[in-house]
Amino acid sequence: MPGKLKVKIVAGRHLPVMDRASDLTDAFVEVKFGNTTFKTDVYPKSLNPQWNSEWFKFEVDDEDLQDEPLQITVLDHDTYSANDAIGKVYIDIDPLLYSEAATVISGWFPIYDTIHGIRGEINVVVKVDLFNDLNRFRQSSCGVKFFCTTSIPKCYRAVIIHGFVEELVVNEDPEYQWIDRIRTPRASNEARQRLISLMSGELQRKIGLKVLEMRGNAVVGYLQCFDLEGESGLVVRAIGTACTLDKLSSPAAFLPACNSPSKEMKESPLVHPPSHGCRSTHNSPIHTATGSRLTQNFSVSVPTLIYTGMGSGSAGKEGGPFKALLRQQTQSALEQREFPFFTLTAFPPGFLVHVGGVVSARSVKLLDRIHNPAFVGIMGNTRSYKLLDWNSFNSDEPETRDAWWAEIRQEIKSHAKALGCHAVVGYSESTSICEEVCILSASGTAAVLNPRFLQDGTVEGCLEQRLEENLPAGCGFCHIPYDELNMPFPAHLTYCYNCRKQKVPDVLFTTIDLPTDATVIGKGCLIQARLCRLKKKAQAEANATAISNLLPFMEYEVHTQLMNKLKLKGMNALFGLRIQITVGENMLMGLASATGVYLAALPTPGGIQIAGKTPNDGSYEQHISHMQKKINDTIAKNKELYEINPPEISEEIIGSPIPEPRQRSRLLRSQSESSDEVTELDLSHGKKDAFVLEIDDTDAMEDVHSLLTDVPPPSGFYSCNTEIMPGINNWTSEIQMFTSVRVIRLSSLNLTNHALNKNFNDLCENLLKSLYFKLRSMIPCCLCHVNFTVSLPEDELIQVTVTAVAITFDKNQALQTTKAHVEKSLQRASTDNEELLQFPLELCSDSLPSHPFPPAKAVTVEKTSPMGEGNFRNRSAAPCANSTVGVVKMTPLSFIPGAKITKYLGIINMFFIRETTSLREEGGVSGFLHAFIAEVFAMVRAHVAALGGNAVVSYIMKQCVFMENPNKNQAQCLINVSGDAVVFARESELEVVSTQQPAANCQPACTGGEVTT
Amino acid sequence: MTSELDIFVGNTTLIDEDVYRLWLDGYSVGDAVALRVRSGILEQTGATAAVLQSDTMDHYRTFHMLERLLHAPPKLLHQLIYQIPPSRQALLIERYYAFDEAFVREVLGKKLSKGTKKDLDDISTKTGITLKSCRRQFDNFKRVFKVVEEMRGSLVDNVQQHFLLSDRLARDYAAIVFFANNRFETGKKKLQYLSFGDFAFCAELMIQNWTLGAVDSQVDDMDMDLDKEFLQDLKELKVLVADKDLLDLHKSLVCTALRGKLGVFSEMEANFKNLSRGLVNVATKLTHNKDVRDLFVDLVEKFVEPCRSDHWPLSDVRLFLNQYSASVHSLDGFRHQALWDRYMGTLRGCLLRLYHD
Repeated sequence: MPGKLKVKIVAGRHLPVMDRASDLTDAFVEVKFGNTTFKTDVYPKSLNPQWNSEWFKFEVDDEDLQDEPLQITVLDHDTYSANDAIGKVYIDIDPLLYSEAATVISGWFPIYDTIHGIRGEINVVVKVDLFNDLNRFRQSSCGVKFFCTTSIPKCYRAVIIHGFVEELVVNEDPEYQWIDRIRTPRASNEARQRLISLMSGELQRKIGLKVLEMRGNAVVGYLQCFDLEGESGLVVRAIGTACTLDKLSSPAAFLPACNSPSKEMKESPLVHPPSHGCRSTHNSPIHTATGSRLTQNFSVSVPTLIYTGMGSGSAGKEGGPFKALLRQQTQSALEQREFPFFTLTAFPPGFLVHVGGVVSARSVKLLDRIHNPAFVGIMGNTRSYKLLDWNSFNSDEPETRDAWWAEIRQEIKSHAKALGCHAVVGYSESTSICEEVCILSASGTAAVLNPRFLQDGTVEGCLEQRLEENLPAGCGFCHIPYDELNMPFPAHLTYCYNCRKQKVPDVLFTTIDLPTDATVIGKGCLIQARLCRLKKKAQAEANATAISNLLPFMEYEVHTQLMNKLKLKGMNALFGLRIQITVGENMLMGLASATGVYLAALPTPGGIQIAGKTPNDGSYEQHISHMQKKINDTIAKNKELYEINPPEISEEIIGSPIPEPRQRSRLLRSQSESSDEVTELDLSHGKKDAFVLEIDDTDAMEDVHSLLTDVPPPSGFYSCNTEIMPGINNWTSEIQMFTSVRVIRLSSLNLTNHALNKNFNDLCENLLKSLYFKLRSMIPCCLCHVNFTVSLPEDELIQVTVTAVAITFDKNQALQTTKAHVEKSLQRASTDNEELLQFPLELCSDSLPSHPFPPAKAVTVEKTSPMGEGNFRNRSAAPCANSTVGVVKMTPLSFIPGAKITKYLGIINMFFIRETTSLREEGGVSGFLHAFIAEVFAMVRAHVAALGGNAVVSYIMKQCVFMENPNKNQAQCLINVSGDAVVFARESELEVVSTQQPAANCQPACTGGEVTT
Repeated sequence: MTSELDIFVGNTTLIDEDVYRLWLDGYSVGDAVALRVRSGILEQTGATAAVLQSDTMDHYRTFHMLERLLHAPPKLLHQLIYQIPPSRQALLIERYYAFDEAFVREVLGKKLSKGTKKDLDDISTKTGITLKSCRRQFDNFKRVFKVVEEMRGSLVDNVQQHFLLSDRLARDYAAIVFFANNRFETGKKKLQYLSFGDFAFCAELMIQNWTLGAVDSQVDDMDMDLDKEFLQDLKELKVLVADKDLLDLHKSLVCTALRGKLGVFSEMEANFKNLSRGLVNVATKLTHNKDVRDLFVDLVEKFVEPCRSDHWPLSDVRLFLNQYSASVHSLDGFRHQALWDRYMGTLRGCLLRLYHD
């Protein structure tokens, strides 16, 4: 009996009127955990009952503590008939299970009903006493911390990054059980909510166990998803990166590993080049289709689609050998791992050595009833054949789904190998389901990692490997990890424009955030490729085949679009690339979003050349040249807009004698040759490189047109889908997170691919325009972490959901910084963290205890806090909630501008269903969904506030499934959100805090002075 | 391609003040969009009409959802669904409860009942204020009235506490409630020249001096109803005009004091008895509800109009009223000095306010 859960029901407020006669309510509360239920007394005739109950105590296994949610039901007592439910609150008590997070959950929770929405609030206090049981890690994994954040959380340091953890659990969907026919929609929704809550608890516990097996203590980049497979069941799956994290003793030095001189680690070429090549590992299995006709398993490795001028093998060969060695080192660390994947998108300095490019794999699967093998006999031949093929007779276990994902991951792994990389970073998985067809997708960025973080005991040990200390920072990751003589795809390589020692590709696509030390010129921008393809309606395998036949073309076109748009912007790299393919009844949609930047290390992109097919026609020629001019103008305009003015490469610099460090580094190379000449040659070649678009039919013409119709955001606005905007680093504290949803109905007649594309393109563009308009009061402002999700709920409906955060920045400061940098024209992309770091870094190099600055006080404060903190929160939380509602910020970013995260309180992972049978009365579909999303935000905020937090970071709306039936006046929506609950303190307040009381952290939550408008 | 669903939900609820005003003014989405287009917003922002339409719809939806909470402003502060900064909350409430001068003049002193609500159509036509806006304003009056109707304590404080209004607006509502409760006639043609501000000023003085609350702060309804006992006592003032000697003495005291100081001295002298009779008779009649309702009509008829026809300047009116009130203290035979002060102190303030063109 390793845990005691204690719950107290304090009061309720704003309850709905349940008794029409008296206009009042006789409310009482049921508190349920596992199979135990307690009840409060009935508080008669009040809409603001004061129960002030005793402590209800549940003695439970910690396994249950992890799996089960605490379920609080508010009811209206009725003497003569059944008690009416007012609504429920589910509380995930997981945050109470690890020592560093919250110690108590206390606050007002919205009482939620799946039919009526929020109906009043209830004040609850929850505590857990965990008994120290040495065996307790056998089934449970209490103590493992979970973070949604895809970087090392701000107040921790990564000791070891162990690697990939994944798990999935499968169950029948209550909505599709036979009992659903006789129970009320409310009962069915609640069964579903409860089941998913249970499943996610179980999943988290299982992942935790895996982490403990790996000797880690945390999961970073935890991403949990639901697959609503309909008839065939409900899959909850999660991936993450297991780490061993150390809490930083000083809150000031919150960037991990800041005192280890990590930059020197960028390149660690050893002096002894191994004689053997490095190609033994990859046999580039780009196409790994399994034999079965039904599998339709295919994949496209994205880099293969980067078709640039030509892969001239003229460059030197010095890159290979040391890379091979590095690879070998890392390999030893990675090869024990089945999948060397990392869900992180930002890394401790020095972690990421090289980036190969994006790797992705997709596979089309047919879903089957998981639980009902008896089905075989009933259905026709094809069906039974399929079932046999899929071996899903006894797939009560999640093995089938596991096998599917294992297959895809294997593919990703081999793609990475083909790129000369042993690891995949920025890794994510997703699905798209329509009826019985499911597309599984996985993507990531192939990379070479520094083994330092991957092994035990090597953290300090590898410091002696410092070599090439003077290598300019900010370009190392761009250097190709693969051997240029045996490139996995035709690419055009040049010498790095930054250090001029290593080879770089002309374009770089990645799924990760821009590394903080990357040298970027100008600002970045959001780049999207949008694409629709009509597909015939079909059944089962015919459908799957049709889809898998279409997919490669879609990938190809999405890629071409991305490349064109990137060139049009005058940029040369994409970060945060996310390609989403959505399957519908009669179409496929592809949406790729990424943030384009100009990396100083990469060559200047060539322009776009248009070539016509019929050169003899005069007017046609004229038209072409007109288009060409327009394109050139756009490129020039974009360069100005995004302040892309790379330094002119003068012959002098190129030809000049190499400064000292360069010479030294050259000594390290196996073959020192006159690389200068080569560089020159390569550069000139690079400049000529142009992208040729052939206009051979009207479609192509339209494509070019659509390129030019993408309107740039209005002045003062920037947008990106990464954490931060390259080139902007002076954020103010004004942030506004939002979700916007749009659904359009296509006119069903004579839909062509072209019309469809246009509709989809307009939908996205108009949505962005609306956002810019709505947020105009925040100018100058940047939309960060813009996340588009496309779904096709019905035949003619397209739904686009966008979540992002708008952050205002200080224009004047921006100007100053650009001016300061203008001589060099080089700007370090620095996050706000880095800005903050500057000061602490200096401190770090000092001997820590002696320095006299305020942060030192913060250090001591932190040390003394663990005792007092919990108590304090107890005291302060209630008044906060009582007076006025505390402000809780929400952001999809991992940080809060102008503030420091002082504490992580645990993961927020919530799933809600809302249904209505009076759609018109609730303001139609828009009114219904608007209210629901507002309610979801409210419930997230309430949970965070109850944990003692004042913000959610790395917030994400993973699912927003909306279904309507206007004829029946009905609609239903499912929303799944997650994030990390944190406590943050404003920088300005931090000093006050440190000199006075650590407890004042709560202040911003109470006063909430700094709210966006 | 038609938009089926189009929403924007911010963690901090976005409030557009301009759209809020249009919504409060009762414009339909279409009209609001047209008005916004006319304001030149498209040129300023480079947005399209479709964007404006979507934005307006979105704001309207938000306001519609907030309206329920605005009916009980403390709820807006404590609710968890919409995160709105306190300054914006205050703005939402203040604007929601703000009313149009033209509208309030139409309903001031009327019973806030269903019957009046039916007249809103006419008021809308007459004032050019949309029916929707009229309804909102009327419902606000009624809601405030219902809540504070039977409450103990200061009327202004009660309004402020339950509706979180600014001091200024709370005072206006106190006046509206007070007028509605006492059903003062304000609609007569002769009263048309008076603004809401004039009435509100008088209401405040009357609440301060003539209600139960002026003598006892521990009774229900203390600021709503006039002090019945006081009104009864006012009959005693009759002697000031009924007793010929007293009237003459009063007149001579006033005339002696004001001789040479008043531009309209002769007119005053000639009219003194009429004016005094008027003012005192108003007081003595206040025991009848009907006459209470006609208070302002009477004041204008009996005092304001005669003076105005003789072209008294305001300064002279002030001098006269001061002297007229003060001289009573020198009337030896008159025993109701305190009563006189309670009556005349307020009346003087009101008359000075009412005396304009």
